[in-house]
Amino acid sequence: MSRDAILARLRQALPAGRANGARRDAVNARLASPPKHIIPARVNRPRNELIDLFKSFLATQNATVLEVTAAAGVPNAIADYLRSENLPAFARMGTDPFLATLPWHSAPGLTRQSGRADPDDPVGLSRAAAGVAETGTLMIASGAENPVTLAFLPDTHVIVVGRESIVGSYEDGYALVMKEFGKSHLPRTLNMISGPSRTGDIGGHIVMGAHGPRRLAVLIVGEESSNRVAR
Amino acid sequence: MPSVKPTPEEFASNAIAALGDSALQHALAELPKGLAAKRERAKAALPEFEALRRVGRNIKDHVLDNLDLYLEAFENNALAAGSHVHWASTAQEACDIIGNICRETGARLVTKGKSMVSEEIGLLADLEASGFNVVETDLGEYIVQLRKEMPSHVMAPAIHVRPSDIEATFRHHHRELEPGRNISTPEALVSEARTVLRDKFIGADVGITGANFLIAETGSAILVTNEGNGDLTQSLPKVHIVLTSIEKVVPTLEDGWALLRILARSASGQEIATYTTITTGPKRPADPDGPEACHIVLLDNGRSELLRSEYRDVLRCIRCGACMNFCPVYGAIGGHAYGSVYSGPIGAVLTPALVGLSAAANLPQASTFCGKCEDVCPVEIPLVGLMRRWREKAFDQDTSWRNRAALRVWAALAKRPALYRTAARSMVAILAVLGRSKGHLEHLPFASAWTRNRDFPAPQGQTFQAQWARQRGGGKR
Repeated sequence: MSRDAILARLRQALPAGRANGARRDAVNARLASPPKHIIPARVNRPRNELIDLFKSFLATQNATVLEVTAAAGVPNAIADYLRSENLPAFARMGTDPFLATLPWHSAPGLTRQSGRADPDDPVGLSRAAAGVAETGTLMIASGAENPVTLAFLPDTHVIVVGRESIVGSYEDGYALVMKEFGKSHLPRTLNMISGPSRTGDIGGHIVMGAHGPRRLAVLIVGEESSNRVAR
Repeated sequence: MPSVKPTPEEFASNAIAALGDSALQHALAELPKGLAAKRERAKAALPEFEALRRVGRNIKDHVLDNLDLYLEAFENNALAAGSHVHWASTAQEACDIIGNICRETGARLVTKGKSMVSEEIGLLADLEASGFNVVETDLGEYIVQLRKEMPSHVMAPAIHVRPSDIEATFRHHHRELEPGRNISTPEALVSEARTVLRDKFIGADVGITGANFLIAETGSAILVTNEGNGDLTQSLPKVHIVLTSIEKVVPTLEDGWALLRILARSASGQEIATYTTITTGPKRPADPDGPEACHIVLLDNGRSELLRSEYRDVLRCIRCGACMNFCPVYGAIGGHAYGSVYSGPIGAVLTPALVGLSAAANLPQASTFCGKCEDVCPVEIPLVGLMRRWREKAFDQDTSWRNRAALRVWAALAKRPALYRTAARSMVAILAVLGRSKGHLEHLPFASAWTRNRDFPAPQGQTFQAQWARQRGGGKR
């Protein structure tokens, strides 16, 4: 069978004299405790500046960044954004506990539906487990709480992220995801999203909305913290 | 006309045709240079970039030294996550595995994300021959599929096509749409493709994607796109197939983060691609969306042989395309002239290993050895040295008496300075007389291939060696 034939050929290709036991120990050690690689120094900055970096990358990458200081302000901020973009007052969302417990009655004109995205839904609403400042990237874990289709089928995707969940590096963002889910409960997909869908395949012109959302809005929720150094 | 069938043995005639193809030259004038300039800006914005290239190289070297063990670890963890893992020694075996999955699923419509491995194994043609309706979903791949071409770049498959030609292609194929519609802008073309492909995404029974990296620690596949087509391809159908090759595995996500930091910057000059998706298995029981089954196909197709060859460093490649964007030869002739799935410097090294040196002996010749490709390679593949080794091997196998005799004559001259000087002096004198009237020569004996497209300037004055001797003898002027 091909599996064993391929593995046998790979073993034949190894440098002679490398004991298999020692190799296996080294590989297991690396898997158990992976070495940390270089993390860009750009993330070593005070927390508020880190959030500024996050925002500026997202803006460069054609996303809209919105901010509210309190969770109670989220429904109205979303309704205001949709109105300002001339979009239907509608949001498809999952069962995310943070989003579910928001005071939605404060934005009575906003229709909400629950579940996976329908192809015709104009707006999908997700919560990110982490925001990564190093490149302006949101990490969303798929599942009933935040169905993956919300991020790709609707024309507009709105992502809510807690200010305290904005960290410097991918490593720190992933650590937050792991804290929420546990390593043995990885979501089917961890989606790292850094802007609206785009393509350069027509003569090198960058055009938004290739297959996924034409618009991405990121809503940061929370008060500015004191200026302690992150990481 | 570029075809979907690889023809590396026709490189010389392909290259000449490419140089005379005005549409292609129009496309090549801007695009590869644009991508190269974006890469330079992204590199300048990240002071750690050069150090990360070394990290990327070390990660890949470590994997190649332990590839069997990391593949076993990957398999164990992928199975634990609920994926099926298939191993394919050959291209045909991989096609058969995927064809069987499609048949067992009762599939009619199959969507496919961008995957160089799928090009390598001829998956599209194989599935179509089995009666499946297969649609490429990456916009560039969709365009080349409609045009019945091969991709001409690993990252930008339709880089050779002008927007006006894309408009003509869409008008020819999207017959169901209003003939009077205006699709003269890139925005309108993208919007039309979005509408047409939306129905395919929703109607597909099986979605096939590639993988940029596999993570042994978690059994995950990482897929990077800008369009989001890979995500719609993997999340809407009931079956997701990941088709990838064995050298894509890396130990852990720590290694994944490091490689992601160099991939997009090298490929498109972005800080990060729009969508990076880490996929681990099929949908969970409570998930409202996602595929019911996830199959991962691991292709060898000559890589295990490459691993024990002097060309093993090419297995570090992460398919960013930077070597193409910076290559003066690629920039002059584009990807199709190489007549192979992989073009540019990486194609010149990889193709002889995949299809045999006799068919692809011309490709390692397609380099000026300027070395820019290895300067920009994010995993420091010594592309020039590897091309040189192929050239040496090709010379050893060269059975042309003419080539060998010519080189023997040249070697005999070069080893005897006095004889060389005399021969050069006579040659310069003869050519000067022959070219006296026009100042150039239109034909040279034994060099008609060179003079077919250009004139050879008639020598002016003495040979270089004579001038050098005189200048040294006469002191500085």
